[in-house]
Amino acid sequence: MGNSTSKKVLTGAEIIWECLLQEKVSVIFGYPGGAILPAYDALTKYKDQIHHVLTRHEQGATHMADGYARASGKVGVAIATSGPGATNMITGLATAMMDSSPIVCITGQVSRSVIGSDAFQEIDISGIAMPVTKHSYLIMDIRELASTIREAFYIAKTGRPGPVLIDIPKDVQNESIEFVYPKSKIDLPGYYLPKAPLENQIKSAVELINNAIKPIIFAGHGVLLSGASSEIIELAEKSGVPIATTLLGIGSVPDSHPLVLGMMGMHGQSWVNRAIQEADLIIACGMRFDDRVTGNLKTYSPHSKKIHIDIDLSEFNKNVHVDLPVHCDVRIFLKTLNPHIRGNNHRSWLKSISIWQQDSQQRDILKTGSTTLMGAQVIRKIWEGTKGEAIVVTDVGQHQMLEAQYYNHEKPRTLITSGGLGTMGFSLPAGIGASFYGSDKEVWIIVGDGSIQMTIMELATAVQEQVNINIAIINNGYLGMVRQWQQIFYNARYAETPISSPDYVKVAEAYGLSGQRVTHIDEILPAMKQAQLIDGPSLIEFVVEQHDMVYPMVPSGADLHNMIHRPYDNNSVILKEVKEEAVK
Amino acid sequence: MKQTLVALVDDKPGILNRISSMFRRRNFNIESLVVGSSETPGISRMTIIANEPDSIKRGNIYFNLLNLVNVISVEDITSLPCINREYILIKIHAGSGKWSAIGEVTKNNGARIVDMGKGSVIIEAAGEEKSITELIENLSQFKIEEIMRTGKIAMRIGESQDSDNIVSESQEDAAQWADKKINSYFNT
Repeated sequence: MGNSTSKKVLTGAEIIWECLLQEKVSVIFGYPGGAILPAYDALTKYKDQIHHVLTRHEQGATHMADGYARASGKVGVAIATSGPGATNMITGLATAMMDSSPIVCITGQVSRSVIGSDAFQEIDISGIAMPVTKHSYLIMDIRELASTIREAFYIAKTGRPGPVLIDIPKDVQNESIEFVYPKSKIDLPGYYLPKAPLENQIKSAVELINNAIKPIIFAGHGVLLSGASSEIIELAEKSGVPIATTLLGIGSVPDSHPLVLGMMGMHGQSWVNRAIQEADLIIACGMRFDDRVTGNLKTYSPHSKKIHIDIDLSEFNKNVHVDLPVHCDVRIFLKTLNPHIRGNNHRSWLKSISIWQQDSQQRDILKTGSTTLMGAQVIRKIWEGTKGEAIVVTDVGQHQMLEAQYYNHEKPRTLITSGGLGTMGFSLPAGIGASFYGSDKEVWIIVGDGSIQMTIMELATAVQEQVNINIAIINNGYLGMVRQWQQIFYNARYAETPISSPDYVKVAEAYGLSGQRVTHIDEILPAMKQAQLIDGPSLIEFVVEQHDMVYPMVPSGADLHNMIHRPYDNNSVILKEVKEEAVK
Repeated sequence: MKQTLVALVDDKPGILNRISSMFRRRNFNIESLVVGSSETPGISRMTIIANEPDSIKRGNIYFNLLNLVNVISVEDITSLPCINREYILIKIHAGSGKWSAIGEVTKNNGARIVDMGKGSVIIEAAGEEKSITELIENLSQFKIEEIMRTGKIAMRIGESQDSDNIVSESQEDAAQWADKKINSYFNT
């Protein structure tokens, strides 16, 4: 026995936790059940090193892992049982897949001997998960357990990040084997990552940028993921080229920077979309020309040459034809590119953009004289009350677009939102997950009355964990964004969009957290202050104007420059200035 | 023209599912897919025939296929010199009175009768798509009962698609390689 002390024989269940420790996992979100019981039993030995958060639904666990990953840049981990536990994870996996978020989901599976027999709570989760994961595994041999978990983490976080699922049969968890965490190079011959751009690509890019008259830089999620914030600002400052962001690119560049124009696309700023339509060069960094960004592809930025830098080869020419595709990490590309860029200031181009900007600003909802509380005002006040420094986690709908428009983000990873899949119910669990990142930033969850009711049970998780989150429910009594579409495209036939809500203050009390209701703009900051003083979860319901719409808007499939605007207020001071400018 | 892709893939459970799922999900049109073991243990070789006339779409197919973790390498041999073959079995409903006529057509088309049974004849043939189609056409004067085709397999003439070479090439000069590939689809 003396000789074998260095050998560590462990069960599969223990190996799972040992591997997570090796991957420096300190928190995991999950829900126990039959087929994952051995792993949960083994967790009792590791609970000092790994904190398990008991969610109220497995979808919540995946969103929490996702929120944690997006706030921290690390891999988020969720765990659930077989069958329904596993299928409940699908929405969370798909959300992470669409937004390139690195999460690893571990599911229990029925024992190998009964796989395929429709055993109790059996489901082919590694098969079901295929189209919504970067990769998925079913471990049929305990000898492959450790190396597979390691590989899963590697795949999740490298290249274009994404979710990975590992399905582990119950009897594999119960088997024992000597535990060795492999240290060798990961052997994935079919998985390669670009290292550096080619000289001729840099040369062509430099030529295009130096000769452009109306250039624009796009900052997408890839800028955040590759940590290229300072490099992209350096490019902008040196070349004098303004930056537009995608929804998920928000925060990758500081909103207060004079060269940062704002968000593009369907509910982007009209001056940004106009700049895109008139541009003669687009430098697209880590973004994928989603339909919410381009509008009608046939009329999209017709005069521009397009440089597209992306780490994912399959993104080139998927939606928009690009002239110079560069398969590279954005940061590495910009680092190589920047020294070759000629100094410029693009004065007349920036001047035109700023004139369009003034024109749009006067339609701003913040300047209405309305006495009813407006969603946009709430967001703006939250921005004020958090000094623009919070981690904001939004749900999906009108409030999400208002957040993108009215909360100015200065730092990367401070906006967490489901952009690609548009998953309602995302924000509460994702916000809980983000709060485990342990930064000193306060977490604000901005959520609609429709969205909160999709995952409201996670309030119990927030209370049990006493996480420090602030929940702002923007309640307009409607599924607002859907109602907006019905108003514009379906002749205001509001089919099933009026939605009732419980008394959220009472709900908060029932769950055991503080709840407040705000109906007037002057009450916003005091209510926020009270919430901020609470060390633990708190909730504020903001009762807002029911029929407000998000402007400006590019109707689905319409030309990017044909935006529907908020109607003019003819008494505006800014309008007069714009008119005077136009006369000159 | 159809797109012919030869892929080296890990011989792991679910690999066929992964590939067909990707084609379906991306709305790419797949015409045939043949898989079998390769010269390297643990690695299978696939011939995939896709039906996308547009070069950009072909590029999308190529890169999406390559993106799958279990796909080691993919070669697009559509416009390269290569050998294309398909194997077919055809069962014809015929009594002995038709045997000589069927035998004649079979022989003229370079095919072979492999079974003459009670009321039916089975013919086999291997060849390019064109000759297989011709064979079916010429046999259609009889009563064809069953057709079983394997789908196309293809092999590049000359230079070998050696699994190790492809891997090291793409790993070491990924940028060079990727740029060449991208240009082959998108800048023509």
